[in-house]
Formats: sequence, structure tokens, C-alpha cells
Amino acid sequence: MKYILMMNTMRAGNGVPQWPQKDLQSHIAFMMALNKELRESGELVSAEGLAFPDQARLVRAGKNGAPVTDGVFPESKEFLAGYWIVDVDSAERAYVIAAKASAAPGPGGAPLNMPIEVRPIMSGPPPEML
Amino acid sequence: MTKPWDATSEHLLRELAPQVLGVVARRFRDFSAAEDAVQEAMIAAFTQWPEKGVPDNPRGWLIQVACRRMTDQLRSEIARRERETAVAAETEHLASPLETEADMDPDDTLILLFMCCHPALTSSSAIALTLRAVGGLTTAEIANAFLVPEATMAQRISRAKQNIKASAVPFRLPVPAERGERLPAVLHVLYLIFNEGYASSIGPQLQRLDLAREAIRLTRSMNNLLPENTEVAGLLALMLLTDARRAARTGPDEEIIPLDKQDRTLWDRAQLSEGIALLTAALSKASVGSYQLQAAIAAVHDEAETVEDTDWPQILALYELLKRVAPGPIVTLNHAIAAAMVHGPAKGLELLRALDRDPRIAGHYRLDAVRAHLFEKMGDHEAAIKHYRIAAALTTSMPERNYLMTQAARLADD
Repeated sequence: MKYILMMNTMRAGNGVPQWPQKDLQSHIAFMMALNKELRESGELVSAEGLAFPDQARLVRAGKNGAPVTDGVFPESKEFLAGYWIVDVDSAERAYVIAAKASAAPGPGGAPLNMPIEVRPIMSGPPPEML
Repeated sequence: MTKPWDATSEHLLRELAPQVLGVVARRFRDFSAAEDAVQEAMIAAFTQWPEKGVPDNPRGWLIQVACRRMTDQLRSEIARRERETAVAAETEHLASPLETEADMDPDDTLILLFMCCHPALTSSSAIALTLRAVGGLTTAEIANAFLVPEATMAQRISRAKQNIKASAVPFRLPVPAERGERLPAVLHVLYLIFNEGYASSIGPQLQRLDLAREAIRLTRSMNNLLPENTEVAGLLALMLLTDARRAARTGPDEEIIPLDKQDRTLWDRAQLSEGIALLTAALSKASVGSYQLQAAIAAVHDEAETVEDTDWPQILALYELLKRVAPGPIVTLNHAIAAAMVHGPAKGLELLRALDRDPRIAGHYRLDAVRAHLFEKMGDHEAAIKHYRIAAALTTSMPERNYLMTQAARLADD
């Protein structure tokens, strides 16, 4: 079963966290180690970090189909910072991974306990139905 | 008679792939079909040789298998089209595989390179096609190197082949006048392959093909085919001199280590000497092009035992030349850094102001990253922190972002 784990973080300024260097480095090291662990266990399908929200644009098709772009909503407090797609045996395992990511260290080394949205990814039809 | 399969055999196969493709494509005048046939021959070799040994004439073996495959395909197509017509009559004009050795032409690899780097293709298609046709890599390997699904890469390659077919580029070596026109495109594609490998050598490396080494290998074979061309030699030297620093470029957590903080004892001395020798030979010949100048700048950095030993006035002079030969915003940016090293950070910041009006680079993270660095040198930490953070928000490279955030945090801690 594939799940997407979406990591939401609170928005501050342009998104760049303003933490002490030591805390920033342990946060980065934690994320690298988590990805490595998931890669080595064979559960990682992909993991992507996203650019900060001030680089995001909202796009709609205009009358002639040409893109009409807009900045992001200034009122949104949280933003999607990145996601993992994992292929695991059970939903419980996906939750365990999400909880681990949620507890990534923040300022002062305290766990951030970020909300991580976990959702199953729809699979295609079974082969005999194609 | 065969030789046992060993560590060099895979390398040999990769070297032979473009030559075989060149022969087959030239003979059957169908690049796309020839490409498929050669891939199948390569797969056959990869599955049979490790067990049965490497044939005495591996190139002949591959050509024979690929030609047989082409003939089979032609036969079935002919059969489908007009079942009454005798197959023998149609296939008569096809040379027997044994004759192919005679028309082996070292220029075949070059023709392929020129074909794959055709200006009608987008650079991403040209890169993919070059790696597949000239580099002899599988679609899966290329997809893996660019971290895209295999189906996406297969589609990109097949579209590129269709574009070549539609553009009706004849399968022959461009005449000298054309060659001069097309060579920059070929060198640019090789340069992009190298850069892709160089930039992505940080980050998850697991099972990824080494694109930087692949680019070096292709440029080296091009340099062997066009030994008199100083820009090809310059590009090869630039790659070798840059790649020599690979082991020192990242720390234990894959974090970026900038040039001035690298442990220079980790640099690959053999590769440095090869690059410098190539460059010296190229510079002694006539014209000086942009790759030679970039290689010369890399060489000045590489020749300094310590950061303090760096000959910045010479680097500045080379950037001034480069600004004339190949002007562009990145060159101006690097020129400003060199000027700051020679005349002080204020001079660098003054030169950067010209770039704010240049739409090609205004708003690019590198502009803010360099500003941050120069403000830090000037002792203006507040401005440095601000620009490090702007740069961190602008970059789309995760290791760069981590590096820039860490720099801002380091100054803010004080």
C-alpha cells in the first residue's frame, strides 16, 4: 500500500526558519537520516522538499486557456513543506513513520510535533481488468 | 575463441555502443530502428558474455547481432506490406554482416554526437538521446540519473527520435562549415550533462548513475576524435579540474563545503595534473575560447595549496577576458567575486548592482547569496543575514538551501 505523508509547517516570514545554527543543523541531519533509513528499508518511493511558499503561485485558466497566476493567500498560516511517498505493509506502519517525522527536532532540540497528513494513494486497476 | 568477462568488459561494451550504432544507422538509414536494434544487441551481450565469455571481435559480434535484428524487422515489415513479394529479393541488397567491419569509420561516433545534439532538439531531449545513443546507457539508467520514472524518459527519448526523423537531418558528418556552427551545441550538451552530475552529486546518490564521469568519458572520446580542437580540450580540462574536487565538496552529512573551506588534500591530484596538461597544450595553440578560460580559472584555484595562496589577480584578469569572449550574468557575478577578492567587498557589491537590471538573473538566488557573502566580508552582518535568508527562500536546491540557512543562522548566533 502506498501512502503520502504531507508535512505542514507554520508560516513565518518568507518561510526560512530563524533558529540557532546548532538546532538548524540537527533538524537537517534528522531529516537526512530519516530518508536514508526509509531508503534502506525499501519503503521510500519518493521524498521531496518544496520551495518556500513565497515562490508558490496559484494558477487558473483564463478565458482563452492562458494561465492566470496569482500570489499565494497571505492569510494561510500553514504550508506544505514537503512530502514522502512510502510503500508499506499497513496503515499503522505509515503512521509510525509519520509520527517519527513529526517529532523532528526544532529550536532548542525540542520535538516540533508538526501535523503530518497521511492519506492512502489510489492504486490502478488490477492487471486482469486492464 | 573468447576472453573471460571481467571488470573492463562493461566499459568496453559502452565504448562500442556508439560505434555499432553509427555503422548500423549509416547502413540502414534509419536512426530510430537502428537504435532499437543496437539496444537489443547490447542486452544480448550483457546477458550472454558474462557466461560465455567476450568474443574475440566484440564489435563485429554486436554489429552482426544488430544487423540481423534490423534484417528481421525489415523482413517482417515487408512481409506485412506485401506478402507476395519474395523476401529474398528485398534483402539481397543488404550487405552481409561480415562486410561491415570494412566500413567501420571512427567518425561514426562524431556523426552520432552531432545528430543527438541537433539544435532542433530541446536540451533535455538532446541530453537523454546523447546518453542513450552515444553513451550506450539504458533508458532505465538515464531515468534513474534524472530521478524521473522510466516511462517518462522512454517517452522523452522516443519523441527526440521522432523529431530527428521529422527534421530530415541526413546521417552524415556535417561539412566543416556546418560543423563549426553545430559544435557549440554539442559541447553545450556535454557541459550540461556534466553540470547535472556535478550538482546532483550531493543529495541522494544511491544507485544513481555518475553523470559527471559519463560526461567526462564522452568529452574524452570527442577530444580523441578532434584532437586539434582547443575548445573540446578546454571543456575536457574544465570537467577534469572541477571534478577533481569532488571528494572535498561535501561533508559527512552531504552538506555543501564551499571552495574556500575544502580540505585540499582530498583533491584528486592525478586528475588535476591531467587537466592542467590538457589546458596548457590547448592554450599554446591559436584562439582562446570560453571553455579554455573557465578551465584556466579552475586551474588557478586548483594550483593554490591553501585558500590564502589563491592568485586572485590572475583569476580577475581571466574573468575580464571571459567577460569579453562570453559575456553573461553568471560571468559578471563571478567577475564581481574576483574583483571583491582583489579590491575589497565594496568593489564587488558595486559591480553586482549592474545585475539588478538584468532580467536573466535578477531574483536568482545566486545574486543574493553572493551579496550576503560580500556583506559578511565587510562586517555588515545584518545585511548578510538578510541576503542569506532571501537566497535560501529563492533556491530550489535542497543542499543549497540548507547551506544558506546555516550561514544565516551562524551569523545570527553571534
